[in-house]
Amino acid sequence: MLISLSDINKVFNQGKHNEFHAIRDISLHIEAGKVTCLKGSSGSGKTTLLSMIGCLSRPTSGRITLENKILSGLPERFLTDIRRHTFGFIFQKFNLLQGLSVLENVMLPAYPLGLNHKDLKASAQKLISHFGLDRVMNNPVEWLSGGESQRVAICRALINDPQILIADEPTANLDTRLSQEFMGLLDELRKTGKTILITSHDPIVFNSPVVDRIVEMQDGQIMES
Amino acid sequence: MIEFFRKQAYLIDFTMSSLLRRKGKNFGLLLVYTLIVFMLASVMLFSHSLRKEAGIILQQSPEIIVQRLVAGRHALIPAEYIQKMGRLRGVTSKKGRLWGYFYNPVVKANYTVMAPDHLDLSTTEVIIGAGIARTIGLGIGDYFTMRSNNDTFSFQVKDIIERNSELVTTDLVLISPKAYRVITGIPEGQFTDIVLSVRNPREVRKVAEKLVQKLPDIRPVLREEILRTYDSIFAWRQGIVFVLLIGALLAFVIFAWDKASGLSAEEKREIGILKAVGWESADILHMKFWEGIIISLSAFMLGYLAAYLHVFYSSAVLFESVLKGWATLYPQFKLVPFIDGLQIATLFFFTIFPYVVATIIPIWKASVTDPDAIMR
Ligand SMILES: Nc1ncnc2c1ncn2[C@@H]1O[C@H](COP(=O)(O)OP(=O)(O)O)[C@@H](O)[C@H]1O
Ligand SMILES: [Mg+2]
Repeated sequence: MLISLSDINKVFNQGKHNEFHAIRDISLHIEAGKVTCLKGSSGSGKTTLLSMIGCLSRPTSGRITLENKILSGLPERFLTDIRRHTFGFIFQKFNLLQGLSVLENVMLPAYPLGLNHKDLKASAQKLISHFGLDRVMNNPVEWLSGGESQRVAICRALINDPQILIADEPTANLDTRLSQEFMGLLDELRKTGKTILITSHDPIVFNSPVVDRIVEMQDGQIMES
Repeated sequence: MIEFFRKQAYLIDFTMSSLLRRKGKNFGLLLVYTLIVFMLASVMLFSHSLRKEAGIILQQSPEIIVQRLVAGRHALIPAEYIQKMGRLRGVTSKKGRLWGYFYNPVVKANYTVMAPDHLDLSTTEVIIGAGIARTIGLGIGDYFTMRSNNDTFSFQVKDIIERNSELVTTDLVLISPKAYRVITGIPEGQFTDIVLSVRNPREVRKVAEKLVQKLPDIRPVLREEILRTYDSIFAWRQGIVFVLLIGALLAFVIFAWDKASGLSAEEKREIGILKAVGWESADILHMKFWEGIIISLSAFMLGYLAAYLHVFYSSAVLFESVLKGWATLYPQFKLVPFIDGLQIATLFFFTIFPYVVATIIPIWKASVTDPDAIMR
């Protein structure tokens, strides 16, 4: 067991008139080396839960541990450090930086690590070729198609060689063929030993044989697992 | 350690490409910024060197000038006043001077005419300032004419005073005392004023007091007073310009603040992305710090260089009329170039510091918030 959540709550705008209890008492174990899918309708709290697991935000109460290290309560600096070495993110809207080239976008997460430039460039190029993006490597990202953008996002998520990949609704902006292609890429990554955590309400995702486990959510709670 | 420097190199790299991504906006900003630095630096360089020039000249002038007053007005002083002064402690020399102003209607300029007795000029020789030589187009050996009420006098140019400090010598005309008396009609035994050299500056005031006691109709003018007057005139003129500039600077700070605090949605989103992919708040602040430094440093260097060229190589065309103006003859006024470390430091502090702070503070706010917003 890699990640474990116990009694996680997330309350937005706590104490204000628009207070909203987005996650209620969730406890969950996520296993290493598996593909876990958080399934649920829009507004059920998938993104909120995912961002807490990925150290992008903190739970209002409860405890998150990563390989027995307690994450909740760590100061920002440490969280960032864990985030960049442990998690790679693939966002629904890809979130690439416009105006920068594919190569620059892929290298971006490694800048603060201060690695040797030649080594970093080489590993970025290797990833880019692996995902069939050689041709567009030096193009600005706004020239890319949706499928290419997503593959750039995957490369960027992998540049720091994280143990865990987090993808929020990764197929929402892709057509059926590209969605299936994406599941194929996930399968490949799983085989290299990555732990993968995705959210989706897309049947192509949760019906895919690549997914090992489905966790169904509703109104900030887990239905069954 | 090496990681730290590499990281900064990456951040600078990223900053550069970020700046280039928003070319229009950033070049506009750079332009405004450069202009401000240019104006500030021009005023500083210009007024500072004017003051320095005047200082050099006045440093060489006598400690005390004695003028005679008749009915409250400056009148000629008889030579016997030198004897009447008697022996004064601390005074090393006493000497009568002949000098005055001379208006040349052709070039519409005022000359300062002096008749020093130590120069060994014959009655037909003249030494002129470089400014006069330039305006009339005279060289050594040419003839220089001056007209008094009823006569025209010609002098042969013996020498031209080259500038080590052009400001005060540029309109100077030196002729022999004899010629001066002929032109002006000032009789033998009368002087324009009398100058005293005092070795110890602390005795100057005491000497001046004694003079007034002995000769009630004279007025001693002390060099330190002249220096102070010059200083305050310069300070006052500079003050006006500075008020204007502070206005401009303020406008700029507001502009910078607005530009930076009104972070566009796009910029906020980018900060969110950077944080989500593993940048720390500190990395983002460093990056913005470099952005501020790159913009303000380039503006500073461009602006300062332009000001330097403006003041020392284009005769400060833009505000000659504001800062100068106690003489009329400045055809090709060239100040001696100089660079003053303290001045640069002052300017540096007042232009770069506020800008960098104005860029960083709003980013601080954006960069310490949770990055999960970009998941939506
Ligand atoms: N910052 C926020 N402030 C208030 N409510 C929020 C905030 N973020 C999310 N929510 C609410 O939390 C609920 C869960 O959101 P989310 O986790 O994005 O759902 P999902 O990803 O399953 O569609 C939604 O009803 C949403 O409106
Ligand atoms: Mg969502």
